[in-house]
Amino acid sequence: MNIPHLTSIVIFLPMVGAILTILARRTEQVKWVALVVTSVTFLASLGLYVGFDPGISTASSPQMGDVALWFPVAFDIKYFVGIDGLNLLLVLLTTLLGPIVILSSWTSIKEHQKAYYTLLLVLQTGVTGVFTSYDLFLFYVFFELTLIPMYFIIGIWGGENRIYAAFKFIIYTLVGSLLMLVALLALGFMAGDAINGGVFTTDWYKLVSYNIPVSSQGWLFLLFALAFAIKIPLFPLHTWLPDAHVQAPTGGSVILAGVLLKMGTYGLVRFCLPLFPVASQKYAMMFAVLAVIGILYAALVCRAQTDVKKLVAYSSVSHLGFVVLGIFAFNVEAMQGALIQMVNHGISTGALFLIVGMMYERRHTRLMKDYGGIAKSVPILSFFMIFAVLASAGLPGLNGFVGEFLILIGAFKSSVLGSPMLVALATTGVILAAVYLLWMVYRIFWGSLENEENASMADLNGREIGLLVPLVLLMIILGVAPNPFLEKSEPAVRDLLELIESKRAAAESESSLEFEYRYADTPEFRVPEIDEAALKAARKITGASAEETESSFGLK
Amino acid sequence: MNASTLIPVILLLPLAGALFCGLVGLFVPALRQREGLIGVVGTAMVIVPFLAVLYLFLNFDGGAIVVEFYTWMAAGDLSVAFAYRVDQLSLVMTLVVTGVGGLIHLYSIGYMHGDPGYWRFFAYLNLFIFAMLNLVLGDNLVVLFLGWEGVGLCSYLLIGFWYTDLKNSAAANKAFIMNRVGDFCFLLAMFLLFRELGSLDFDVLLVQGPSLDEGVLYLTVFLLFMGATGKSAQIPLFTWLPDAMAGPTPVSALIHAATMVTSGLYLLARFSPLVLAAEGIMAFIAIIGALTAIMAATIAITQNDIKKVLAYSTVSQLGFMFLATGVGAFFVAIFHVVMHAFFKGCLFLGSGSVIHAMHDVEHQLSQKLEPEGHTGKFDPQDMRTMGGLKKFMPSTRITFLIATLAIAGIPLLSGFFSKDEILFRAFESASTNDYGMLVWIVGMVTAFLTAVYMIRAYVLTFEGEPRWPKADTIQPHESPWTMTLPLWVLAILSIVGGYIGLPGVFAHGDWNLIHHYLGESFGGPLAEVHGEAHVALSTEWILLALGAAIAIAGVALGWYWYSKHGPAFDDRLRSRFGRLYRAAEGKYFVDEAYEKVIVKPLIVGAEKGLAPFDTYVVDGLVNAVAFITRGLSFVLKYIQTGVVQIYAMAIVIGVILVLAMMMFG
Repeated sequence: MNIPHLTSIVIFLPMVGAILTILARRTEQVKWVALVVTSVTFLASLGLYVGFDPGISTASSPQMGDVALWFPVAFDIKYFVGIDGLNLLLVLLTTLLGPIVILSSWTSIKEHQKAYYTLLLVLQTGVTGVFTSYDLFLFYVFFELTLIPMYFIIGIWGGENRIYAAFKFIIYTLVGSLLMLVALLALGFMAGDAINGGVFTTDWYKLVSYNIPVSSQGWLFLLFALAFAIKIPLFPLHTWLPDAHVQAPTGGSVILAGVLLKMGTYGLVRFCLPLFPVASQKYAMMFAVLAVIGILYAALVCRAQTDVKKLVAYSSVSHLGFVVLGIFAFNVEAMQGALIQMVNHGISTGALFLIVGMMYERRHTRLMKDYGGIAKSVPILSFFMIFAVLASAGLPGLNGFVGEFLILIGAFKSSVLGSPMLVALATTGVILAAVYLLWMVYRIFWGSLENEENASMADLNGREIGLLVPLVLLMIILGVAPNPFLEKSEPAVRDLLELIESKRAAAESESSLEFEYRYADTPEFRVPEIDEAALKAARKITGASAEETESSFGLK
Repeated sequence: MNASTLIPVILLLPLAGALFCGLVGLFVPALRQREGLIGVVGTAMVIVPFLAVLYLFLNFDGGAIVVEFYTWMAAGDLSVAFAYRVDQLSLVMTLVVTGVGGLIHLYSIGYMHGDPGYWRFFAYLNLFIFAMLNLVLGDNLVVLFLGWEGVGLCSYLLIGFWYTDLKNSAAANKAFIMNRVGDFCFLLAMFLLFRELGSLDFDVLLVQGPSLDEGVLYLTVFLLFMGATGKSAQIPLFTWLPDAMAGPTPVSALIHAATMVTSGLYLLARFSPLVLAAEGIMAFIAIIGALTAIMAATIAITQNDIKKVLAYSTVSQLGFMFLATGVGAFFVAIFHVVMHAFFKGCLFLGSGSVIHAMHDVEHQLSQKLEPEGHTGKFDPQDMRTMGGLKKFMPSTRITFLIATLAIAGIPLLSGFFSKDEILFRAFESASTNDYGMLVWIVGMVTAFLTAVYMIRAYVLTFEGEPRWPKADTIQPHESPWTMTLPLWVLAILSIVGGYIGLPGVFAHGDWNLIHHYLGESFGGPLAEVHGEAHVALSTEWILLALGAAIAIAGVALGWYWYSKHGPAFDDRLRSRFGRLYRAAEGKYFVDEAYEKVIVKPLIVGAEKGLAPFDTYVVDGLVNAVAFITRGLSFVLKYIQTGVVQIYAMAIVIGVILVLAMMMFG
């Protein structure tokens, strides 16, 4: 079942909502508009899930997307979006967290509500765009688009030290993404010269069909990977994250941990690996080592925290280390584990941040020593928190286990990494996760209620339970029946790994590439007509011959 | 009805019970104290599965049945299904889990009466049964692991059940984390097996596993065993179990004696073909088992807390079972698992009954002493303030005595048959290996110690005169029938249970039913040693008599010492054995060593090392870069004066420089 234009609809519905919120008169309307729009977006995205056919290979085309030339004159830059096995679940995660974040902010955001909800909606468009772009330039635009709302969300609605955290967040990530821009431009021109009749191109399908000379792969890969590593964040580039999380309002933290960090890991999968297969395998060990250091280091640092939100923030660094390890293992098991773990982490860490936010709203403190024994006064909150903790600790039967297990079992047998000892070291992370998470539970929930304010804490209300229940259900569903989700992405992962392997082999033997990606000639992906004048102009700028230019636009 | 209809019932009823008790308790406060409803539902959700298992057991025709529900997860070569295996081994384990489990649920109805967390207790207990059933029924390592970690979770929740006391929660954390250390090894074993064989299904692993490369096989079996040491509280991962006694006593009986702690034995028994092929590791297993057995037995003699005695006794008995595994007698290990579930379950429930009564004493005491303003420190689990309870608690006393004699190995009771079989197999194996004789001797000494410390516990608790304050006026009472009925059932099983495994001296072993049921040579799933090991019939009789003599001697001496001197006899032991006694009393300071060598360095390292490192070095560098950039801009901004002449001047200088370079370069 193919629903035309659905990806674009899912991307831009929140943007439409943002315009509506700007137009809204009363703040109460703003909230409702935001809630309704994000809910409708979520429902629409279910259409993507239902309509997606894993049998259609990414190599032939993305699904339910759109393509249009953006700068049809001199640059082969497209508005090109769609769904395939690699991004489907991440889009669903984004749209699911949308209404949950709106609901979680319902009473905790009291100032400048209009601006807050507008920014959240814009942010959602940006994130969805990042996950669905099949054009590197478009990806970059969306990537940057997410920075601005997040910057304001931290800087305006954040905690005491919000300005510092917001600046750190934006400068740190900007440095990375500017380096990526340099690499992007270089790549676009190189590919343009080599395969696109001299016309600069960022079309993902063209880029992946082009085997970049091995000599250039290294630095291009590193520039891209650096931008993504900062976003993930990979040790030792992680220190912006605890600051941003601690200062951000709850909604911001949920979006940040839930989906923004995944832009980094997703970027590695979508761009770094297939574009630079030789380089990414060459540096695989380096990234795996950093990932494992991150897993263990962040877990130990968690154990030393006094601030519960900071603890959860560092746990993200640890958990995403597993994802990076899985990505650089280069086999189906680990890659599948990494993809599902991105979703799992969004759900369980999202839930942890939500509950920490609910605790903060009641007690106005994030210090664990200010709590103690609250299992007695708030049993329902305690239940949800401990449930999320168990999911996060990778208990079998809940979602976290599936991802970690697949990643580790895949990485263990990975021939690219070839280091079971490293994976064994990473596996000690499951012990450390229990150490710091149970310690957190111990300090906050167990013991006797000595503080009067803790004893009189109110338990969760209907709205709060309502927004946690879907997450808890997903923890169970993804824990006991992950296979329907895994099946959606497996063919795409196989394609991707096959592409990487054949490109690597071709580069090694210096033969031409045999594995070609080319999107199908279906109506939705037919490149729109370009008039003669535009072509002439393009020829003038690029100096390419008429035939080359025409063929580069797919006209011949 | 066949297995594919009954297995879902067996598995899902306990889960449904857990959901019912948990959700009702959490969201419907009005029903929280409806003990009748919660207790009956919780218990029925275990009794019904027991009946279903019994039906399967009686109709079992010898061939393993695999019931597969659906694919859990599949990626690449890995495909894991929710699949369950009904065979002799899983049937025996499932009968124990649901049977003893059902009795303990029944017992808990009375024991937990009045506890505000009644609903939580039954929710956790049902969830435990569900997890344990996954553990013993799962047909691949991942489903087994689901149960493995699931029982660990329930153990954590139940040890820390009375969470308002942080001591209990700390014990719970310790149990979970130590178990995770074992689980880490378990995970590595799975990774290794999957890499080598491309599957985690038992059918593949058990058939192809034994012919793996020797190094890989040894490593795999070693890792599985290390996983087992966590769950089954063996050296080096045993210290959590004594602390786990912080949980309610039915939990100690069910989880920390009868079922969960035996899952390590189950794991090795399930993988017996692999274990048997890894000879070097078998020696290691036998020696660790023997060491654990004697170490824990010596500690048990020195303990005054009745539950601590039983806890160390459990560690010791588990050591016996690993000893059996290490000499290749897998079916004997499982035999002892079952017998141990009977007598140790009975002992723990008996101690619970005693503690229940002593709480009553404490309560009465506090009322009596109230005018005087202080109740003093009264520990209802300290045997030094018990004594003479046989007058007040006849049922508890008789059943406790029966179980005590059974574990001590008094002839014709269950423990006699299972323990003697273990020692016999160790002795027999000595003709083909180097360690059999060593572990046999250690086992014999431990058997003697077992008889002594158990009869000590019995005598101090039930015999002599009451030793609690104001004993002339304060009288404890026997527990209600819901508590004594399970005691009687388990006591009777402790008497007759052993007859399923009559030793080889009778009819050349033809009456050893459990051997015939489980053993590979009779079509069962447990591998057996094939070889020349053989012991003459006369030697068998001698060994049997020796075992009986040691048990009787231990019981007689212990009875004499402790009924004559009471708790004061411990002082004699202390002065007699000096340093050794104090070491045993101090649990050989293993906890302290772990604390000092592992826990402290890790925590201090994290708090004083890594966390400041992260803030001041990793983040410090980031801030330094920012600071330098800002500093440079602070300096460089002076160049941007906005005075056009200066800019022109700079351009001229630049042009001159470039020209100069072009001319002379």
